[in-house]
Amino acid sequence: MFDDFFVRALVAGIGIAVMAGPLGCFVIWRRMAYFGDTMAHSALLGVALSLLLDLNLMVAVFIVAASVSLLLLFLQRRGALSTDALLGILSHSALSIGLVIVAFMTWVRIDLVGFLFGDILAVSESDIDIIWGGGILVIFAIVYLWRPLLASTVNPELAEAEGMKPERARLFFMLLMALVIAIAMKIVGILLITSLLIIPAATARRFSSSPEIMAVLASVIGALAVTGGLFGSLHWDTPSGPSIVVAALALFVLSLLPIGRRRLEAASHSTPGGHH
Amino acid sequence: MLNFRSPETTPLVRLNNAGVRRNGRWLVRGVEFSISPGEIVTLIGPNGSGKSTTAKTAIGVLKADEGFVERKAGLKVGYVPQKLAVDWTLPLTVERLMTLTGPLKGREVEEALSATGVLHLAKAEVQHLSGGEFQRALLARAIARKPDLLVLDEPVQGVDFSGEIALYELIKQIRNRTGCGILLISHDLHIVMAETDTVVCLNGHVCCRGTPQAVSQSPEYQKLFGRRAASTLAVYSHNHDHTHLPDGRVLHADGSITEHCYPGDGHHHDEDDNVHDHGDDCGCGHHSRLHGFELKEKRDV
Repeated sequence: MFDDFFVRALVAGIGIAVMAGPLGCFVIWRRMAYFGDTMAHSALLGVALSLLLDLNLMVAVFIVAASVSLLLLFLQRRGALSTDALLGILSHSALSIGLVIVAFMTWVRIDLVGFLFGDILAVSESDIDIIWGGGILVIFAIVYLWRPLLASTVNPELAEAEGMKPERARLFFMLLMALVIAIAMKIVGILLITSLLIIPAATARRFSSSPEIMAVLASVIGALAVTGGLFGSLHWDTPSGPSIVVAALALFVLSLLPIGRRRLEAASHSTPGGHH
Repeated sequence: MLNFRSPETTPLVRLNNAGVRRNGRWLVRGVEFSISPGEIVTLIGPNGSGKSTTAKTAIGVLKADEGFVERKAGLKVGYVPQKLAVDWTLPLTVERLMTLTGPLKGREVEEALSATGVLHLAKAEVQHLSGGEFQRALLARAIARKPDLLVLDEPVQGVDFSGEIALYELIKQIRNRTGCGILLISHDLHIVMAETDTVVCLNGHVCCRGTPQAVSQSPEYQKLFGRRAASTLAVYSHNHDHTHLPDGRVLHADGSITEHCYPGDGHHHDEDDNVHDHGDDCGCGHHSRLHGFELKEKRDV
């Protein structure tokens, strides 16, 4: 049905954007942008391991990203180093170990640039099944976990006091992140996955009056960015990941222009803080 | 005074010699109290004395490292935390805040918001509220779910004096109307809500406990606070003869420093004081004068 590589990339990309929308909202609400980066960077270690052990690529990436997030949770509990420092260590060492392992495997030739920045030619029809199957799973999980996730984002202690399980919600959230990273890697590329989570969500903020509206809008804006980016990538022969990010950025800049009736001061109200 | 407690009522929550330790240091130890339906318990104590820790232990957010906590099966808690900062990236109106931890009918939301006087702010984003408005919204959220136990961690912070009186009156009404138990953490060491049944003073341990002295009985306080406040506020007068230092050591009234504040360390000079009317188990040498009218804490350190 999708005999054209471009249509395949488009269908896959839109699927990724739809699931990245609500997840990306939580990433910015919970200030976990750098955390998402760390998980994404560890994906290259997953790529290396999948080649080394002859595992399915997405499965290997999912396992490695999930393990890294659990490792971080464990190290945070020990409390020896700040989360910032831990993320810095994990992020770059996972990426580097992956690159080193790949370099050692002289018998395989892999397109490193494709993994790092995305490659629209890489999407197969079975990938599309996985993306949309996984995407539906992610959306269902988010809908199911919405209230505990949102409540523990506002205040974990309040959520726990009133009978929710913020730790469990957090764990599921990290598994969903790992799943999205594993699925999105081929199109957006390891280095740029987090931007597909963050930029559409940040763009949606200005036009949203409730968390639910923001989550849906982030998906829509993400899908627009993917469509625009892929057309750009095809037209100018640029890597798909950066093209999508540039398109997302263009939408974000447009959202900052003083048009529409929503007040901008809501967004510029509390300037410091924000993301790492 | 209304009394909802009857002898056969089982307490909503009971702490038995509860203690919480973090990084090898006891944040709070040996805490004992219970809250029954309709009862108001107020925790007071200086900063870092373990008030919030105790409240969180009572509702199960923190686990007791020693002793134990009994909670009534299926206990429904309404919680107003001490600090709650909502990131500006999260679009959250007051109305949406109300259903944060569970669904509510529109009528229930309206009732709670008008009870705390912030119904007109239902559509406002929480980040744009003033401190007092936000506290009222949080209180509305906690009462809207009709809890068995309402836990309020410094609910009057950021609220001006008349707002404080109004909030205390509201808390009293909520107790009288719903019969829920209330655990209140006070930011003030001496002034507590008049309706409080039990005051528990913490300083890493239970220093003393008692009932407050109603302000309304003293003409001087009536003059100082005004008639309305005088029926709402009460004084809990007490003295401590030692201060807990940040490193866990104890500074005594005579200027000496010891590792702990247990009895028999030679730094407590008023152990034979007749006014010392709390239990022998405390042994920290302070005295609590429930009938005193001193406004300022008499600290001779």
